[in-house]
Amino acid sequence: MSTRDVAVISFAQRTAVNDRERNEVEFIIPVVQEAVAASGLARHDIGFTISGSCDYLSGGPFTFVAGLDAAGAWPPVKESHVEMDAAWALYEAWVAIQTGEVDSALIYGFGKSSLTDVHQLITLQTDPYTVAPLWPSMVDLAALQASALLAEGGVTEADLAAVAARSRRDARANPYAVVSEDVDADALLARPVTHSPLRDADIAPVTDGSAAIVIAAADVAREHCERPAWIRGIDHRIDAPHIGVRDLTASASTQRAGEEAGALQGGFDAAELHAQFSHDEVILAQALGLGGDTRINPSGGALGANPMMATGLIRIGEIFQRINSGEIGRGLAHATQGPCLQQNLVCVMEGE
Amino acid sequence: MGSVRTAVIGVGQTRHVSARHDVSIAGLVREAALEALEDAGMDFGDIDAVVVGKAPDTFEGVVMPELYLADALGAVGKPLLRVHTAGSVGGSTAIVAAKLVMSGIHKRVLTVSFEKQSESNATWGLSVSMPFSAPLVAGAGGYFAPIIRAYMARSNAPRHIGHLVAVKDRLAALRNPKAHLHLPDIDLKAVEESFLLWDPLRYLDTCPSSDGAMALVIGAEDVADAAPNPSAWIHGTAMRSEPTMFAGRDQVNPQAGKDCAADVYAQAGITNPRDDFDCAEVYVPFSWYEPMWLENLGFCAEGDGWKLTEAGATAPDGDIPWNPSGGVLSSNPIGASGMIRFGEAAQQVRQRAGDYQVELKTGKALGHAYGGGSQFFSMWVVGNEKPA
Repeated sequence: MSTRDVAVISFAQRTAVNDRERNEVEFIIPVVQEAVAASGLARHDIGFTISGSCDYLSGGPFTFVAGLDAAGAWPPVKESHVEMDAAWALYEAWVAIQTGEVDSALIYGFGKSSLTDVHQLITLQTDPYTVAPLWPSMVDLAALQASALLAEGGVTEADLAAVAARSRRDARANPYAVVSEDVDADALLARPVTHSPLRDADIAPVTDGSAAIVIAAADVAREHCERPAWIRGIDHRIDAPHIGVRDLTASASTQRAGEEAGALQGGFDAAELHAQFSHDEVILAQALGLGGDTRINPSGGALGANPMMATGLIRIGEIFQRINSGEIGRGLAHATQGPCLQQNLVCVMEGE
Repeated sequence: MGSVRTAVIGVGQTRHVSARHDVSIAGLVREAALEALEDAGMDFGDIDAVVVGKAPDTFEGVVMPELYLADALGAVGKPLLRVHTAGSVGGSTAIVAAKLVMSGIHKRVLTVSFEKQSESNATWGLSVSMPFSAPLVAGAGGYFAPIIRAYMARSNAPRHIGHLVAVKDRLAALRNPKAHLHLPDIDLKAVEESFLLWDPLRYLDTCPSSDGAMALVIGAEDVADAAPNPSAWIHGTAMRSEPTMFAGRDQVNPQAGKDCAADVYAQAGITNPRDDFDCAEVYVPFSWYEPMWLENLGFCAEGDGWKLTEAGATAPDGDIPWNPSGGVLSSNPIGASGMIRFGEAAQQVRQRAGDYQVELKTGKALGHAYGGGSQFFSMWVVGNEKPA
């Protein structure tokens, strides 16, 4: 298949531990305005608009409808919405550009996880007849996955602590991280296990936040961005919902998405993996064959800030920023959703 | 429009009813999917990607239910997308699926939309009091009734016009075995005497709450050419959105709907919709929305919509049948209702609409859906011949 060249040309994000001061619209406005301004495009010249969000995070229907007030939709716009992490909104925008109908798109994602007990809420993603009535929280399910990984023998609690410690240290340089500290693995191992075998540092913090990205086809991207991040491959795949039928120590859908996106030959300077738990990173790096020469989650990753429904899009934005600044030449971004890494998206990006 | 000619090659839907206690949500969507695949001469293994649409998750109480439905829809190992654009979602979902093919990314896409309203209560699901916003607690009918009254005042439409639509669509549904409501005894008097919900809407002026699912198989040109049954070629797709409220917004005749129609007509070469379509499947959840959308979609001049309805132009034997399947007034699994419009339009041009088949002259039909506060629109034009 021949594809149109498409690049990320701007990115903005906001996060907070617990933003009681502003509603969703109020914290979408700054990221949309910042991303649009940085794109160099006038708002009405951006061909397509799309968002990713989850009604249940706000506790009512149609969270995304009010989002239109922030995105700017007058005169009427070509617009859509996915009830998915906004990384998938970016995928739909990329498809829209592939049809030739539009040349650019504004993508935004947002969520206020602090309004609820989000770990328990996400239980409602499981089978409503056989699993959800048992109320396993997303952390309980992740702990089962971590246990399966440790039981296999190749990975130890110290390895998980090393991931958590590195993420916390790297997060210190990220102004949008809500958790960061100068800590090493031994110090984390001395802390209590809270969801066996996981410690609090292995679990992404509850975070409110929003992010916006502008992507554009080749001509528009070159005209408006000095150093665009070209999307060389993007694909997403899903695994079966029931964790009993999956090999929890691996991620078949990540591997397949990586294969389809052209990610498996390696050569990445950096990878931003949507790992909400330290063992997620181990499983994802394994599935994507990421070796020692690839810096993983230089931003601190989701363990530094996890604004659900925007976290995956932020991974793409973080890689864009490093390519855009000239720091790296080739990067991989990954997004996930669903219990135990059920659904995964891989995006390969390069500078010129 | 993308470069790849694209067609609907399989259509499947459940029989829509108040409560399907005999199946899970997974069982419900699978029924529609299997029927569409059979129509296309395929099975799940032939499908490249799956696109799922539904209205708010509060309607079933399952967060992002497509995750749980991945294996029931044969999506494991494949790309799966979930669209949610309020009431227009069934239409938007079909368009997202079509674009996956038009763009050349995939050859065969299964798209499924559903609502299992019996798992919850939609009016209350729509009426959650949100922080920072005025509680409406009115459901959809309470929201739209004042807009309908504004239309009546603006157009001087007589009060019985809505009731005419309520009767017309229910009588049409008698020919559609999949329709939820089969009301053989309905007449103007029965609608007028049904109890008042939200002035001027009476009980029989409103759509039912349904459990149901709709599925389409969408294929690229080479796939469609080899399909066992006729194709409905996609001649145009369009979506438009505008904000819910701002000073000066025309909520009766929204700009987004007019822009969306102009866009899709231009793609499909439609210059006079009343003449150029053989029929239209339009999202009419409350009876008065037929005359209102007749005007918004350019089937007549502004202010004249009710006159077409009154003259019987939109009846199955009229010059431009609207909702020969019985429409949303006869079946309303909310998240699927838009895709049912798109799929019924396809069935008409495929000449597979059974007892409610209209006569084909131009070979083109319109599928339409809207949602939110009359602010989200999705439309497509399908035809029995390939687009130029």
